[in-house]
Amino acid sequence: MTEQYVFPEWRGQPLEEVLYHCRELIEDPDFPTVRRWRENGGKVVGHFQVYFPEEIAHAAGMLPLKLRGAPVEPLKADSHFGSYLCSILKTSLELVLSERVELDMFVTHPICDAARNLAGIWGRNFSYPCQILYLPQNANSSHAAHYLHGEYERLKRSIEEIAGNPVSEDDLRSAIGVFNENRALLRELYAIKQETPWLVSADEAYSLTCVGGMIPREEHNELLRTVLPLIKDRSVKQQDKIRVVFEGGFCEQPPLDLIRTIGRSCYVVDDDLLIGLRWILEDVTLDGDPLSNLAEAYIERSSYSPVQHDLRKPKENMLLQRIQGAGAQAAIVTAAKMCEPGLEEQVAYTRSLDKEGIPYFVSEFEENMSSFDHLEIQLETFVENLLFD
Amino acid sequence: MAETSSAETIVGRGNKDGARLFREWFKELTTAAGEERGGAYVFVMGSFCELLRVFDFPVVFPEINSLQTAVRRVAHEYLNEAEDYGYSPDICGYVKADVATQLRGGELPMGRIPKPALAVYTNACNTYIKWAEIWERMYDVPTFALDVPGSRAAGAQTWPGDPDFENDRRYVEAQIRELIPSLEKVSGVKFDIDRLREVMGHANTMSRCWKKVLETNQNRPSVFSALSDGTIFLGVANGFRGLEAGATYFEELVEEMEYKAANGIGTLTDEQYRLLFVGVPCYPIFRRFNELFTEWGGTFVNSTYLWFASGGSNLGFEYDLDNPIESLAHGVLVSVRDAMDSMFFQSDILANMVDTFAADGVVYHPIKSCRTVSTGLADSRRRLMEDEDVASLFIESDMMDKRVVSEAQLKNRVDAFFEGLATRKQHAALNQS
Repeated sequence: MTEQYVFPEWRGQPLEEVLYHCRELIEDPDFPTVRRWRENGGKVVGHFQVYFPEEIAHAAGMLPLKLRGAPVEPLKADSHFGSYLCSILKTSLELVLSERVELDMFVTHPICDAARNLAGIWGRNFSYPCQILYLPQNANSSHAAHYLHGEYERLKRSIEEIAGNPVSEDDLRSAIGVFNENRALLRELYAIKQETPWLVSADEAYSLTCVGGMIPREEHNELLRTVLPLIKDRSVKQQDKIRVVFEGGFCEQPPLDLIRTIGRSCYVVDDDLLIGLRWILEDVTLDGDPLSNLAEAYIERSSYSPVQHDLRKPKENMLLQRIQGAGAQAAIVTAAKMCEPGLEEQVAYTRSLDKEGIPYFVSEFEENMSSFDHLEIQLETFVENLLFD
Repeated sequence: MAETSSAETIVGRGNKDGARLFREWFKELTTAAGEERGGAYVFVMGSFCELLRVFDFPVVFPEINSLQTAVRRVAHEYLNEAEDYGYSPDICGYVKADVATQLRGGELPMGRIPKPALAVYTNACNTYIKWAEIWERMYDVPTFALDVPGSRAAGAQTWPGDPDFENDRRYVEAQIRELIPSLEKVSGVKFDIDRLREVMGHANTMSRCWKKVLETNQNRPSVFSALSDGTIFLGVANGFRGLEAGATYFEELVEEMEYKAANGIGTLTDEQYRLLFVGVPCYPIFRRFNELFTEWGGTFVNSTYLWFASGGSNLGFEYDLDNPIESLAHGVLVSVRDAMDSMFFQSDILANMVDTFAADGVVYHPIKSCRTVSTGLADSRRRLMEDEDVASLFIESDMMDKRVVSEAQLKNRVDAFFEGLATRKQHAALNQS
């Protein structure tokens, strides 16, 4: 069986080695796990940020690959875009144009004005199906879940055609079971971050989460089941660091070094990094129609982000809840460069934090930035002001 | 004499009447603001004017207000004010100009707009959603997202009878039915379906005529500039949708354009090059931008802007007045979807336009402010170049922010483009002889 694992490197290794391999994997621009999956005869659905119902692809026996950009130069992709755009668009396209990653299907979402253009751009350059999954933007309509069920049915048909086999309700239930376990394990990881943040650094927690978007979830579950008890057993002393929430990582991801830099002076007790992998907050019920259950969970049992509009979830209130829920003392409010939803939300966030008297640090990042000295000095100054206030 | 008199009466009427209607519209908005009557804030791609007119809301189009600040060369004042408030230089300029307008109590160069009583918007542009969230926070007014699913892929539109189309249509219809009681509550006006039929009838006339107006520019010489005249027509198409005055304007506009076509009256006296425009106009130097092309005898015969900024009215969809709600859902779905297609999946649309409008060149104008329109243009141009033997120009600037508009650089690029067009023309003539 071992030869069929797409991420065997961590197996049988001590905790520090496991974490090392996770970090190496998420920074590897050649996506070796995807290559191995394909070498084993598997097919791949690439889905752009933020949320995608991965269970449907999983149920069809395909690998849902979260496209979150990569640490690569967009040498081929640059000529397909104009100026004033975020980096993740370009590096995601670069992965496929440079043949580092090979897909059988691509799905984007109307999360922002730039991302919804990707179906057209991708479709003009690749012969496999490239489409938009229209997740509802009126979450407050009583018809939204019903509509989304229909949209998931449509997606399932597209996936079945590529997979070459039908997806039964039992296949879907089985996939939902796997993902329920995965979400529960990620909740456990985040509970450690909140309750004993000295046991797992921000970049370690991020790496463990991020790997999930690149390997079959069964493998990710095994990894987390193995690692979480080891983390809890770590012997690490608590340090005098402030507890912060990191906000702004819902789509383009900050480089791992940036997360590590923040972790040097703060305990990141909660964040919205890769929120799509943790979008659904509770187990999806296995009774009844699985697609309806997935649709209902997307709307009714879900987190928040600047790219989903829901009158019940004003983003600034949700951020305050996140801060309070995690017992954080401050917030790091970031946005990816040229990310319109993120930049717009920064204004609402900071005004709300001002009103509540919660200290915050505002910043912008780009996935390919490589110098963090300036940021580190600013952040240390911010932290010192809080510690010695 | 009769012919001269006709020409004097008809030719140029659309532009004159459009300007007059605009002044009247802003006078009404200023009056409403003075009376502290709240406005319905809407957007050009799916305004739902058909429904809002039934409840007597003064209708405010913030996109149109914002672009007017650029045309009147005061946009920078508004942008600076919004940036001082906290908004990034890298977000939509229309949003920022509106934020500043709100901070100024609705003051604009053309008059004063009322505060919002509510906002109704589609997802045709994601920024609409973020924009409405700003009004929610500023005024605590109800906002209604009317989610209109677009095409899932190029050429993948579905139509009535297809289960996927019906899923989308039912969703749009359900949202319209949910919206009506909210509009009754905010306005205090009871919903009257016969009034809706009347408004939809006017919208039908306008859509039918808009399609015809666009088609008249297949004539050689072209009878209007899709860039300059077209923007005036668009203003009326949006601001007067569902009103008798708007329907009459467009009936007369068809008459004017057909008259010009029949009498060989072109928008330029010497049309040399027929061009298509892709993107959003450069409003900070609106007149000069157009002149960069007309000075070479180039005129814009069509644009994707006239499609998407009319909310897809270019399709000429006409509502079934016997089934107004169902038909409104159907019409909004196919029209707004078409508006989105002309931004996200425009390659085939452009190839078709090149042929039907006998275009010599395509001008792509991506802008800093609008990722909706601009993100895919470089790639779309690559495809067009592969598929069609047509010249193209790719120039970047902005619709609002003069800090990223360099007239000299634009002129250099445009001049080189026309020199290339002239060479192509010479080669074509040589090949023919």
